[in-house]
Amino acid sequence: MTQNIADCRKDFPALQQNISGRSLVYLDTAASAQQPAAVIDAVAQYQRENHANVHRGVHTLSHRATELYEGARDKLRAFINASNRTEIIFTSGTTEAINLVAQSYCRPILGAGDQILITWLEHHSNIVPWQLVCEQTGAELIVAPINDDGEVGLDELYALMSDRVKMLAIGHVSNALGTVNPVRRIVERARQHDIPVLVDGAQGMPHMAVDVQGLGCDFYAFSGHKMYGPTGTGVLWGREALLEDMPPYQGGGDMILEVSFDNTVYNELPYKFEAGTPNIAGVIGLGAAVDYLQSLGMEKISAHEKHLHDYMVNKLESVDGVRLIGTADEKASVQSFMLDDIHPHDLGTILDNQGVAIRTGHHCAMPVMQRFGLTGTARASLGLYNNTDDIDCLVVALEKAREIFA
Amino acid sequence: MNYTLAKDELQDLYRELILDHARTPRNFRRLANATHTATGINALCGDKLHLYLVVDANDRVVETSFEGSGCAISMASASLLTETISDMSVADANACFETVTRHLTRPPNGDGEATEFTFEKLRAFDGVRKYPSRVKCATLAWHALHAALNHSNSPATTE
Repeated sequence: MTQNIADCRKDFPALQQNISGRSLVYLDTAASAQQPAAVIDAVAQYQRENHANVHRGVHTLSHRATELYEGARDKLRAFINASNRTEIIFTSGTTEAINLVAQSYCRPILGAGDQILITWLEHHSNIVPWQLVCEQTGAELIVAPINDDGEVGLDELYALMSDRVKMLAIGHVSNALGTVNPVRRIVERARQHDIPVLVDGAQGMPHMAVDVQGLGCDFYAFSGHKMYGPTGTGVLWGREALLEDMPPYQGGGDMILEVSFDNTVYNELPYKFEAGTPNIAGVIGLGAAVDYLQSLGMEKISAHEKHLHDYMVNKLESVDGVRLIGTADEKASVQSFMLDDIHPHDLGTILDNQGVAIRTGHHCAMPVMQRFGLTGTARASLGLYNNTDDIDCLVVALEKAREIFA
Repeated sequence: MNYTLAKDELQDLYRELILDHARTPRNFRRLANATHTATGINALCGDKLHLYLVVDANDRVVETSFEGSGCAISMASASLLTETISDMSVADANACFETVTRHLTRPPNGDGEATEFTFEKLRAFDGVRKYPSRVKCATLAWHALHAALNHSNSPATTE
């Protein structure tokens, strides 16, 4: 396996192809990261040789599948420095993880007069689950504003913290603007009001080493496919004491110890929250993604991406007509922008025609767009496999777009 | 495929007529005396347009206009729609909706290509058919027309 980031592009089969006659330039990692061969192979090997249901059979394949699936849980525990493997709950992704907390932790304790606190930066998946639980309970959703650089106003956020707030849900990194929130500081403030904190880590995990105990939060939710693993996988990490007290989110097989029509005894953690046959292949792939990231080192990945991001911002600023959206001091390698008055979708098509894949639109963060008076932006997001050539191609493609719309 | 071909494809998509109508949309205003209106929403990008029609006692579309924001394809399509259906009967405008949406969602060079489609100016959108994610941009205004003519209360989408 490759250990040097500069060489790791060759580990990604999807990047070895031409689009519109040119070598693919993939700048849409924040939407979904490409997968290294190690992940693809781990999934394929499981499917070919080791597939069976987990936690059920006494036969060889079921043992193997269970060992691989539970082995991935151990890898995830170590990767995010959780104190116990029972705190790692596999979900279908960040969205399900947040919905689980909204319904299982918040719904039973919320009532009229209570509040859920979020920010203007949030992805729809960290807005709508809270709106739903507020509707169900009569609680109120309150929102901390952001400034013109796309940073959460900390004073305003702190001013909204009170005994009425029963949950603070905040993104680690903004998917639309790349802003990195000072989560540790924010959690410290929330502690003073005994407000539990859920961190939406979907965009945090791919870019930096995450230590959930170090952050001090209560829940941390993330998706496998943003961190070079398969789609349909994700993790909810939660403090064991909180998870223990929460009722199951879904009922079904594997989440019970004993079922009768009079009484059902729920299984222990983490299985209480993993009803039904899980995404075994996907989770094994996610474990392989963790191995891959650890072989490179998250610190090295962060440094590589920081270098590339600075290069990208410089280059974009040199293109006439580019307006950067999201200029926070602390950023991950995600940059939204506008080019003249060209609609982002037109820009996306023109760039695709030159082999450059970017995301265009509202990025499932419509409030962020509204904050900047836009319906959408173009967004280039970098992964560990990108290099300066990719960014040079982006700039050439943007110049071409200007010619067409001149 | 070489660079020149890629460039030609772009020119096929963003034809001069489309760029012209996108830059200077025709009939871009609200009609206070509209008898029929509808809103079209493209969920993919959040773009939104409002279509206004004045239909007279003889069931004839005597005036058409639109407002909104969107990509070059959706703005040009709405602009050309207003020109295309002006002075049509409601029945003809409905038939036009059927023909145009069928044409735009048909694979390029598919069956029936040459015989049926008589709206020559709208052939400017033929290049869009190679871009599945953009076909909806071209059909959005037409779905709004269909909703307006049929007094649908909910916003039109291309889904």
